[in-house]
Amino acid sequence: MLKKLRRLGPPLLMLTPSLILVGVFVYGLIAANFSTSFTDNHTAAQATGQEPAAFVWFTNYFDLLASEDFQHSLMNLVLYTLVFLAGTMVMGFLWAWMLDKPVKGEGLFRSVYLFPMAVSFIASGVVWRWLLNSNQDEQASGLNRLFQMVGLDFLQNNWWNNVTFGIIAIAVPAIWQLSGYVMALFLAGFRGIPDELREAARVDGASEWKLYRYVLFPQLSPVALSALIIIGHMSLKAFDLIMSISKPANYQTKVPAVDMYVFKSSFDYANAAAVGSILLIIVALVIVPYLIRTNREEKR
Amino acid sequence: MTAATNQLAAPRTTVSRPRPTSKSRYTLGRTLKYAALIFFLVVVLIPVYVLLVTSFKGTGDADPSRAWALPQIWTLDNWATAWTALAPSILRSVAVVVPSAIIAAFLGSLNGFVLARWSFRGANIVFTVILFGMFIPYQAVMIPLNQLVLDLGIPTGVPTLILLHVVYGIPITTLIFRNYYATVPHELIEAGRVDGAGMLRTYWSIVLPLSIPGFVVVLIWQFTSAWNDFLFAVFFSSSQNGPVTVALNNLANGALLQNYGVSMAGALFASLPTLLVYIVLGKYFVGGLMSGSVKG
Repeated sequence: MLKKLRRLGPPLLMLTPSLILVGVFVYGLIAANFSTSFTDNHTAAQATGQEPAAFVWFTNYFDLLASEDFQHSLMNLVLYTLVFLAGTMVMGFLWAWMLDKPVKGEGLFRSVYLFPMAVSFIASGVVWRWLLNSNQDEQASGLNRLFQMVGLDFLQNNWWNNVTFGIIAIAVPAIWQLSGYVMALFLAGFRGIPDELREAARVDGASEWKLYRYVLFPQLSPVALSALIIIGHMSLKAFDLIMSISKPANYQTKVPAVDMYVFKSSFDYANAAAVGSILLIIVALVIVPYLIRTNREEKR
Repeated sequence: MTAATNQLAAPRTTVSRPRPTSKSRYTLGRTLKYAALIFFLVVVLIPVYVLLVTSFKGTGDADPSRAWALPQIWTLDNWATAWTALAPSILRSVAVVVPSAIIAAFLGSLNGFVLARWSFRGANIVFTVILFGMFIPYQAVMIPLNQLVLDLGIPTGVPTLILLHVVYGIPITTLIFRNYYATVPHELIEAGRVDGAGMLRTYWSIVLPLSIPGFVVVLIWQFTSAWNDFLFAVFFSSSQNGPVTVALNNLANGALLQNYGVSMAGALFASLPTLLVYIVLGKYFVGGLMSGSVKG
């Protein structure tokens, strides 16, 4: 018993501070958040504890999911995530593929493609708000003006002011910002493939396409999965960009994270908590299987 | 890769037309590739051009027709205005980021060491439980977190943000250090244990000195993500006591008439520290990015 304690004691002691912090601030607060989301805590008086809040089970969730307003937010989140994922994966893969073979000035290209990652969404949002200006023709500035200057007038559009697809305009800066990250992941993936594999395939007479299809792509799939997971869960960060580019009150570009902020600002804590929990459930559905899978693979 | 294909194909080419066809295709492909690389380089740098040019423009350049043109008169007024508006918040950002990065890195190194080296039953489960904290949308804890911070009596602004960046930094720092310690040669640590040193002694006198590269990666990662954070900042501070992201957002959206010159100069001020880190320590920056992908 004493021996066991001696063996396990120190490591547990070293983990304890972090375990307590994560236990309280992650798991404890998630539980508390669910509990708030089950109440009718919708007013400032209730939020500050001056008036009691009653337990209403899933009412807030049903109301939210039934409201057209929130459905619009969810739809925006889906659209945004799809475009953001597709854009970063395509650009990131393309860049990595071009830079994988020896290229003059590789370091320069890589550094420039990756640099937006070091900038905050708030700072880049300042510039993108200017670029995504919805004025057209005579009044145009930003990208619309640039399109005119290079003779691509037909590309002019009202960007994030479109009610249905405005959110896609917000995905453009996000793609600009994170394609370099996906490139770095894929480059590491490419470089991790042993040369012998390529050589062997070529000696067997595999065409370039077959080499990719049957040798390189399967080797890259774990990298692609990591990239999808990371970028996918980052799509919730649309919050920063939206706050910076189109403002929280903008109906066109709102997503659940923005709704949560607006609910919180108006002391509707129950709905704010419910939106937070909905986001958590969406993320957990993807992340938990991924973590379990990674865990299992490592044991092998 | 194209070069290798040519070498393999060479012996089979006929005498009459040896290589020109494949060679010209080869150079065409190369030219196309460089053209594409340079095109994307320009596209990625467009916002940088806009930022710099606009920040030097005065009111005389306000007409939309001059949107993409160079300034008629170069002025530093916007820079001066932005600096006056943002300087205090930049200092507060430093005050948040430096201690929180150091504390989170230290905790992560303790955890990473234990989880990578002392394999006890359940170590993997503990790791996964910690790691999950990295992926949660923070919106899911914001409301009770607000209450908890109030109950603990921690003032909003810098103190709260230090605490939050430490706590929510633990998962990623643990992950990076765990992957890092897995690459440290076993013998180095075993040698210490043979001498009869306990786990804490081993950590302190052997592991910590070996951890410098790991610390560089983690500190850069924490520095960058805390500096660029807006979510916690907007919930737990104001432009009077908050970091530069909040102040910049206020500067850019506060005035009724948007002054892009000032906000773009401000955006550059707000980005300079992380950009400098990226330019000077790029290698380690990428190291942090890679570790973020769970499998390292």
